[in-house]
Amino acid sequence: MQSNSIKEFRSFKKADFFSKSTPEFYLLPFRFIQLSEYKELIVNDLGDFLLVPSGTVEKVVNKKIDPSSELYMDLIAGHFISETPIPSLIDVMATKYRTRKSFLDGFTSLHIFVVSLRCNHSCHYCQVSRVTGSKLEYDISFENLELAIQHMFCSPSPHLTMEFQGGEPLLAFEKVEFAILRAKELNKQHGKNLNFVICTNSTVISDDILDFLKIHEVLISTSLDGPESLHNANRPKTGAQSFNLVIEGINRFRKVLGKDRVSCLMTTTVKSLDYPKEIIDTYLEYGFSNVFLRPISPYGFALKNYRKNEYETDRFLDFYKSGLEYIIELNKKGVFFTEDFTVILLQKIFTVFPVGYVDLQSPAGLINSVIVYNYDGYVYASDESRMLAESNDFTFRLGHVRDTYRSIFYGEKAKKIADHSVIEGLAGCSDCAFQTYCGADPVYHHAVFGDMEGVRPLSEFCKRNMGVFLYLFNLLDTRYDEVFPIFSSWIKHSLRRQA
Amino acid sequence: MIHLFTKGICRNIQEPVIARIGDLHHNVGNLFLIRDLSDLGSIRQLGKSAIFLFDSSLNEEFTQEFSDYNQVNNLNTEYLSVGDIIRIGTKGEISTLFRENSSHNSLFITDRCNSNCIMCSQPPRNRDDLDHFWEINTRLLALIPKETQVLGITGGEPTLLGRRFVDLIALMKSELPMTDVHVLTNGRSFAWKNLVEALSLVENQKVVFGIPLYSDYYGIHDYIVQAKDAFDQTMLGLYNLERFNQRVEIRVVLHQQSFSRLPQLAKYIFRNLPFVEHIAFMGLEFVGYTVANRDILWIEPEDYMDQLEEAVLFLDSMGMNVSIYNLPLCLLRPALWRFSRNSISDWKRDYLEECQSCAVLEKCGGVFGTSKKLSNRIKSISWQ
Repeated sequence: MQSNSIKEFRSFKKADFFSKSTPEFYLLPFRFIQLSEYKELIVNDLGDFLLVPSGTVEKVVNKKIDPSSELYMDLIAGHFISETPIPSLIDVMATKYRTRKSFLDGFTSLHIFVVSLRCNHSCHYCQVSRVTGSKLEYDISFENLELAIQHMFCSPSPHLTMEFQGGEPLLAFEKVEFAILRAKELNKQHGKNLNFVICTNSTVISDDILDFLKIHEVLISTSLDGPESLHNANRPKTGAQSFNLVIEGINRFRKVLGKDRVSCLMTTTVKSLDYPKEIIDTYLEYGFSNVFLRPISPYGFALKNYRKNEYETDRFLDFYKSGLEYIIELNKKGVFFTEDFTVILLQKIFTVFPVGYVDLQSPAGLINSVIVYNYDGYVYASDESRMLAESNDFTFRLGHVRDTYRSIFYGEKAKKIADHSVIEGLAGCSDCAFQTYCGADPVYHHAVFGDMEGVRPLSEFCKRNMGVFLYLFNLLDTRYDEVFPIFSSWIKHSLRRQA
Repeated sequence: MIHLFTKGICRNIQEPVIARIGDLHHNVGNLFLIRDLSDLGSIRQLGKSAIFLFDSSLNEEFTQEFSDYNQVNNLNTEYLSVGDIIRIGTKGEISTLFRENSSHNSLFITDRCNSNCIMCSQPPRNRDDLDHFWEINTRLLALIPKETQVLGITGGEPTLLGRRFVDLIALMKSELPMTDVHVLTNGRSFAWKNLVEALSLVENQKVVFGIPLYSDYYGIHDYIVQAKDAFDQTMLGLYNLERFNQRVEIRVVLHQQSFSRLPQLAKYIFRNLPFVEHIAFMGLEFVGYTVANRDILWIEPEDYMDQLEEAVLFLDSMGMNVSIYNLPLCLLRPALWRFSRNSISDWKRDYLEECQSCAVLEKCGGVFGTSKKLSNRIKSISWQ
């Protein structure tokens, strides 16, 4: 540097020397929604969001923002506007976007093996199980199982999860045993991070089974629908009552495998809707610190009846809200207890980390994250896809395990599904403020509307997710000081578990 | 306060010397501190093969006897100890480069800087001193004990070394493989991906880069560091460091220009820089440029405590590792005490008269002895 220019450089300049003074700027991609009478929500593709006073979006679009205002700084820092046509930090933005979508990097990681359709329960919301029926007819064959495992190892994902479902998979324990041993054998040359999960009703346990599950570090996912009366009403079983058997099963699993290796899922039925508090209390009573207030499966009931469905969605939202309020109260009293769906959404809202939740991602989880090998050797794009097949709709049947990996995972059907799996390009989603945090569900929309995209104003999937998003953002807007310490403790807990 | 510079009268030293002060009684080394007359025998025995630092308490007749020995006499040796590494200039000036019992040692790389922060505690100079300090530092590095736990690299802006900065990091790895290295840099040079890539090839996982980010808004950051585009360069630098698996810490200095958007900055860090391993919020050292810019910098810590608390608690609630530096406990809300660290370098640390009766004196990091202005709200805390 010349000595003059050094002198110039070393002289202190005022703030306006470093900031822009003209109110010209460029809009970066963002979406927005009126959150309440007073507030608007702005969200960009990177998940950055701003809660701003009503009328702000109009001012932004009309470029009527004072460049010395805090709002202007918020908009620049949040990548909502830029002073140059291409933002100077576009590489930072690209990295954030790539990070958010990095759940796609490995392709299919969750491989569901339906080892048997046979079950000892006859739950009314279940579409697939057979209480009676022969092994020959309803269990997967060793040949098909072997072929399915080989397909699994074709996946480029460094992490593979084998999830055994049914029916009741432990009724076909010899198949589970074979699959785990065979996968471990093959993994010697593949070197994947291989995990095992069994979705069981916990009523078919023996010491031999327990020993095996312990040796192979198998995770247990079981069903607990709530208090005894509700659980037993949801899950009829001939002979003994399901609830007592499940609790006994959970205790046995925990004793042998360890408490942290047993988790519970509940299914929300019409009956459940009146008992959010009781369901949560049951989970607390039996030593769980989380519950998943899972949306009602549209395959369970009222699929074909829009009006009734609409009613159910409103009721589900009430159920979810009262459940969440009750959980917030518990946390305020010092009880650490989380609601899993909320945690998933909060992570999507507050972090840039990938949240690979197969039921709410874009591109959708079908094939990209999950695949199902059914008992009869047919391969489906998701668990719901094979349930649809039980009513003779084979839209999401991708082929048979005898077919090649390419034809199943990259065939014509897979391509067609992919076309409708990207929320960024779906009518009604492409301009939705919650798009960044939401996902596509081609199976649901196909089932209800007959096409994989459906009509947003009539979609219960959309209505339910919108309802939850609006509720959470309004909580963050109006009760931030109360809920944020709780929500952040959930996010922190969840990030630690994933680390 | 400990003074790291002293001066005496030099005899028979023609070239600058960098050496470690030895132990006369165990016959280790060839540079010795002489404070009393009991060592006469040893001095005579060593003769001209050693260098002696004669304390000013020794009378002239005494040093006269050794007038043809290599020495610096008439020296205040109060702040020198066995084990210290010092540089002796030919005019008898002595700088302490390394103190054995301190965890606040640094390699000083340059006085030059490509920024001009309004609160710089050590204002940059414009002369080319890179070779001068490189020579000192390479000689110093060879003398530093291998078991040293932590060593800083500071300036000025150390990355102005360019390619030699990579060599320095490699040298740290070969000379001091067990030492944690803490580099203070504005990170702007790391916007050049090839520099970070070259650094990553050294594979020195003991190095952490401490990089300042003063706002989530570029205009405020650039104003504070007095350099256009500095924010963008630092952000791209931080991303390049993460891309090449380097360890990073964010440093935020608290003053009138930085405090108002601290909560937004905290959120920005979590959203954009969740990979940093530590975030330090640092009280102002009132020295250097700060004195001239006091009107636009000074703010009582109490007046930014709301923003500081919100920022610190947000990052902590998201699982980030947060600290508060340079603020005595009496100026912090008790809710923030657990984030306070004894951060002020031991040689700069001071306590006031008022502090002597304080109940939490033992836990407190004190104040900058170098600061020309301190909060007038420093008060001893008594147990209620």
